[in-house]
Amino acid sequence: MRDFSYLRASSVDAARQASALPGAMLLAGGTTLIDLAKCGVAEPDTLVDITHLKGLDAITVDDRGATIGALAKMSGIADHADIKSRYPAVSEALWQAASAQIRNMATIGGNLMQRTRCPYFRDGENFPACNKRRPGSGCSAIGGVTRGHAVLGTSEACIATYPGDLAVALVAFDAMVHLGDRQVAVDDFFLLPGAAPEREHAIQPGEVITAISIPGSTAARRSTYLKVRDRQSYEFAAASAAVGIEFEADGRTIRDLRVALGGVATKPWRARGVEAALKGKVLDADAVKRASLLAVEGAVDHGANHYKIELAPRVVARAILKLGETA
Amino acid sequence: MTSKTRIPIQLQINGHRHELEVEPRVTLLDALRDHLDLTGTKKGCDQGQCGACTVHVDGERVLACLTLAVQAEGRAVTTIEGLAEADGTLHAVQAAFLEQDAFQCGYCTPGQIMSAVACIREGHAGSDDEIREYMAGNLCRCGAYPHIVAAVRQAALEVAS
Repeated sequence: MRDFSYLRASSVDAARQASALPGAMLLAGGTTLIDLAKCGVAEPDTLVDITHLKGLDAITVDDRGATIGALAKMSGIADHADIKSRYPAVSEALWQAASAQIRNMATIGGNLMQRTRCPYFRDGENFPACNKRRPGSGCSAIGGVTRGHAVLGTSEACIATYPGDLAVALVAFDAMVHLGDRQVAVDDFFLLPGAAPEREHAIQPGEVITAISIPGSTAARRSTYLKVRDRQSYEFAAASAAVGIEFEADGRTIRDLRVALGGVATKPWRARGVEAALKGKVLDADAVKRASLLAVEGAVDHGANHYKIELAPRVVARAILKLGETA
Repeated sequence: MTSKTRIPIQLQINGHRHELEVEPRVTLLDALRDHLDLTGTKKGCDQGQCGACTVHVDGERVLACLTLAVQAEGRAVTTIEGLAEADGTLHAVQAAFLEQDAFQCGYCTPGQIMSAVACIREGHAGSDDEIREYMAGNLCRCGAYPHIVAAVRQAALEVAS
């Protein structure tokens, strides 16, 4: 790992100023950044450590919504009683992610900045071409081993999968990223690769994530995160779905539905087509399975990842029907 | 505080204060093993994937290979060397690993034990399934998993009684 300077920020303002300098990067839990520095993918000149800042790890929940400080740890949020009761999909997405050790280290702000696990992105020594790592150098994944790569939101420049779980639940429930003076919807915070896959987040140099907020809703209260993967634990999603549902007073007609996908797209993927197709309809297994196919509308495979196009709608349908059973 | 060359830090490890000078890029794992001769904590993958380097920081299990030594300043670090009592009496989890023969080559064992102590303390050792889920961050290439689960289950019962 290349050497770097270390600066311990004394305040959020100091962190903003220091991180605006060329070559500077914010350091929180380190689970992505230190790993990528060891791979040679991240080459910071200066790390600005924000983990000693006070007051950025609070979790407050009321009827209007939840606000989670950027330095709150994944484990603490997953175990928080009000998050579990009002946002079960958020808690489930968190405890099904990573390992207990990593969840104790990783912060929610850093979690949003998690980078792809595309093996070509991570291995610059053997695969110099990567548009995300070296803009304009090409994509080694296209034409390579693509079993884990995205089928939605891809471009000719990049097919790397967004690997996280939490953000999938966040986009389903219209969460916002707080960047000090401004707020950005989590859905807009993650950028499609397009022609510039090196740019992944709508955050500017010198901006610091201070909190995440999630509006309260009935659909968030009745929600779940279903993750299908090669191993039962400590593995990234082959396909996952965050789903929330609200019924009319009859307990059968769908008033509100939220669906987002993980493991299959270049960013956390809100499936509004599925939501629109089922809102106002009576919950019915055949209708749910038909509508769930809309989750992969426009999907493009690259050979070995074709299975994701079949798998994702099944995961969505199973998650919706599971929530329906608890009606 | 800003520096690229070696910087002086103080670490609190197993109740003892250590003063050392490290480059900012030195991980807690390398500081323990190479600077302080605390070699009980093992380096497996060095990429946050295997759990062999698991230690406790402020009582919580973390990966020493992805923690910078300088980040551990001001926190209480516990390693496998700090688990037994001063008179050598083993921690319940250490004793359970011996009784259940929960290892073969032993390389992952310090990490497994540190993880298991935290797993029990967190209340995540209520069933074999729960133990398997919450110990998933510790890989064992020898495949001693059934005995590891048995050891964690036994120690969890002993700690509770």
